[in-house]
Amino acid sequence: MTGAGLFSYLVFFLTFAGVYALLAQGLNVQWGFAGMLNVGVAAFFAIGAYTSAIVTTSVSAAHLGGFGLPWPLGFLAAMAIAAVLGLMIGIVTLNLRSDYLAIASIGIAEIVRLVLKNEEWLTGGVRGIAGIPRPLDGVVPGENALVLLALVLLLLAVVYWGLERIYRAPWGRVQRAIRDNEAAARAMGKDSLVFRLQAFVIGCALMGLSGAVYAHFVGFISPEAFDPVFATFIVWVMLIAGGSGNNRGAILGAFVIWGVWAGTQFVTNQLPAEYVTQASALRVLLIGVLLQVILIYRPEGLLPERPPRPIWREP
Amino acid sequence: MIEILQLLLYGTLLGSIIALGAVGVTLTFGILGFANFAHGDLMTLGAYVCFLIYTQLALPFWLGIAAAVPATIFAAMVIDRVLFRRFRQSRPIISLISSFGAALILRSLIQIVWGTGTYMYSSQIVMAQRFAGLRYKWDQLGIILTTLGIVIGLHLFLGRTKIGKAMRAMADNPTLARLSGIDTERVIVWTWVIGGGLAALAGVFLAMDTRLQPEMGWFLLLACFAAAILGGIGKPMGAIAGGFIIGIMMELSTLVLPTEYSPVVPFAILVVLLLFRPTGLFAGRST
Repeated sequence: MTGAGLFSYLVFFLTFAGVYALLAQGLNVQWGFAGMLNVGVAAFFAIGAYTSAIVTTSVSAAHLGGFGLPWPLGFLAAMAIAAVLGLMIGIVTLNLRSDYLAIASIGIAEIVRLVLKNEEWLTGGVRGIAGIPRPLDGVVPGENALVLLALVLLLLAVVYWGLERIYRAPWGRVQRAIRDNEAAARAMGKDSLVFRLQAFVIGCALMGLSGAVYAHFVGFISPEAFDPVFATFIVWVMLIAGGSGNNRGAILGAFVIWGVWAGTQFVTNQLPAEYVTQASALRVLLIGVLLQVILIYRPEGLLPERPPRPIWREP
Repeated sequence: MIEILQLLLYGTLLGSIIALGAVGVTLTFGILGFANFAHGDLMTLGAYVCFLIYTQLALPFWLGIAAAVPATIFAAMVIDRVLFRRFRQSRPIISLISSFGAALILRSLIQIVWGTGTYMYSSQIVMAQRFAGLRYKWDQLGIILTTLGIVIGLHLFLGRTKIGKAMRAMADNPTLARLSGIDTERVIVWTWVIGGGLAALAGVFLAMDTRLQPEMGWFLLLACFAAAILGGIGKPMGAIAGGFIIGIMMELSTLVLPTEYSPVVPFAILVVLLLFRPTGLFAGRST
C-alpha cells in the first residue's frame, strides 16, 4: 500500500471508529449508567441514518422527500425521531425487569428491518437511498474526508463532554442508584421510571445521531448496511470491552474492537477466494469468543467504571 | 370460511413449532433466571444436524432426528458448562449478554460448516392432499400430531416424576426450591435435556415446513419469547398454549396485513401483554 493509500485508509478507519464510538456512548448511557439492556441498537442507528438522508437529499420519486434541507437539520431530525421511538418503547418496557426490554428491543429491530425493506415509498426499499450530501463539501477548504473526520471527532468530543457532565451530576448519581438498588432509590423518593426513560431517550438520540453521521459519510444507505444482529452485537462488545459505565472506556472500546475487526479482515483476506463466506463467519465467531473471554476474565472492561467520590464537608 | 379454516390449520402447524421452542425458553427463563438468546440458534443447529444425516448422508429421516436431538442437547450443555455456569453467581443479566454472544458463535459455526445458502431436506415436490376443501400435507399432520404427543408426555413428566416436580418447583420459585433441598445442578441438566431436545425438534419441523437457513431459528426466537411470556414465565404448559395462540394469530393476521409483516404479530402481542398483563395469561411469575 502506498503512503497516500495508507493515509486515506487511516482517515476512513478513524471516521468509522468515531461513528462506532458515538454508538457506544449512546449504549453506555443506557447500559453503563442505567443498566438497561437494549438489543436494538441497529434499529435506532438505521432510523437516524434514514431520517437524515430523507431530510437532506434532493427531491426524489424513489423515496419520501427528500426535502433538501441543510445537514445540521438532518442530524437534529435523526436524533429527534430516534428519541421519539425510544420514548415509545421505553414507556412500555422500562418499568418491567430488563430482560423484557431486551426481548422487546429485538422486536423493534425486526420491525425496523421489515419497514426499511418493504416500504418503498418511505425508504426506497432494497434499492436504498443514494446521493446523501457530504457535509461541508466545498464550504471548508481541504480534503473533504479529513473535514468529515474532524466533524466526527468534534461531535464525539462534545458528546463525551456532555455525558461526563451528566454522569458526575446528581442525575448520574440517581441513575447509578437505580441501577444498583432500585428499591432503595425508590425509597429515597426517586421516580425510577422517569429517570430510566430519560437515560433511554438520551441513548437512543445519540444512536440516531451516529446513524446520521454514518449516512452522510458513506453517501448511500440500504437495508443491508444495518444487519440488526451484528451491528448491535459489535457495539455491545465495544462497550463491555472498553468498560461499561466509563465514557472514556466506551470510546476506547470502540477504537480497539473496530481495530480488531478491521485487523481480522487483513488475516481473512489471505484465505483463498472460495472461502469468502466462511471467512466473514469466522470473523463474527472471533468477536463472539472475544466477548465471552472478556465477560469471564475482565467483566469490568479495560477502563473500569470510576464513579466520582462523594465530597464530604465538615459541618 | 374455508380460507379461515385453512389459516387455522397453518396456524396450528406454526404454533406447534413455536410451542416446542417456547418450552425451552420458559424453562431456562424460570429456572436459570435469564432469557436465553441462543435458544433460536439451538433450533437451527438441530435442523442442520438432521440435514447432515438425512439429506447429505442419505440415511433414514428418523435417524436424522435421533442425531439432531442429542447433538443439540450436547451443544446446550457445553454452552452451559463453558459459559452460563460461570455467571450463575453474577447477575442473570450477564448470562443474557453471554447468550447473545453464544447465539452468534453457534450461527457462525453453522455458516462455516454449511455456508450461508438456503437448503431443503428433500427436493421432491409433495402434492398437497385435499379434504373438504382444506389443503394439507402428510408431514404437516405429522408435525402437529407429534407435537400433541410430546405435550402429553411432557405434562406427565412434569406432573408425575420427581425430577419433573422439582423442575416446576424451581421454575416457580428458585430460592424456595433450593431451600427445600432440591439438587439444583441436576435440575439444570434436565432443563437443557428438555429445552435442547425440544429445540432440536422445533428446528427440524421448521425446516420441514419452510427451508434451512442460518438465521431460521433467530427469526423465530421473538415468537418463542412472546409465547413464553404469554403463558407465564416458568410454566411449560402455558408456553405451549402461548405458542399455539401466537402461531394461529400470525397466520390469521395475513387476512389483514401483508404477509411479510406477520413477524410483527408476536411483537404486537408482546407489547399489549406487557402493558396490561405482564404476568401472562395464566399468571406466572411477575418479576
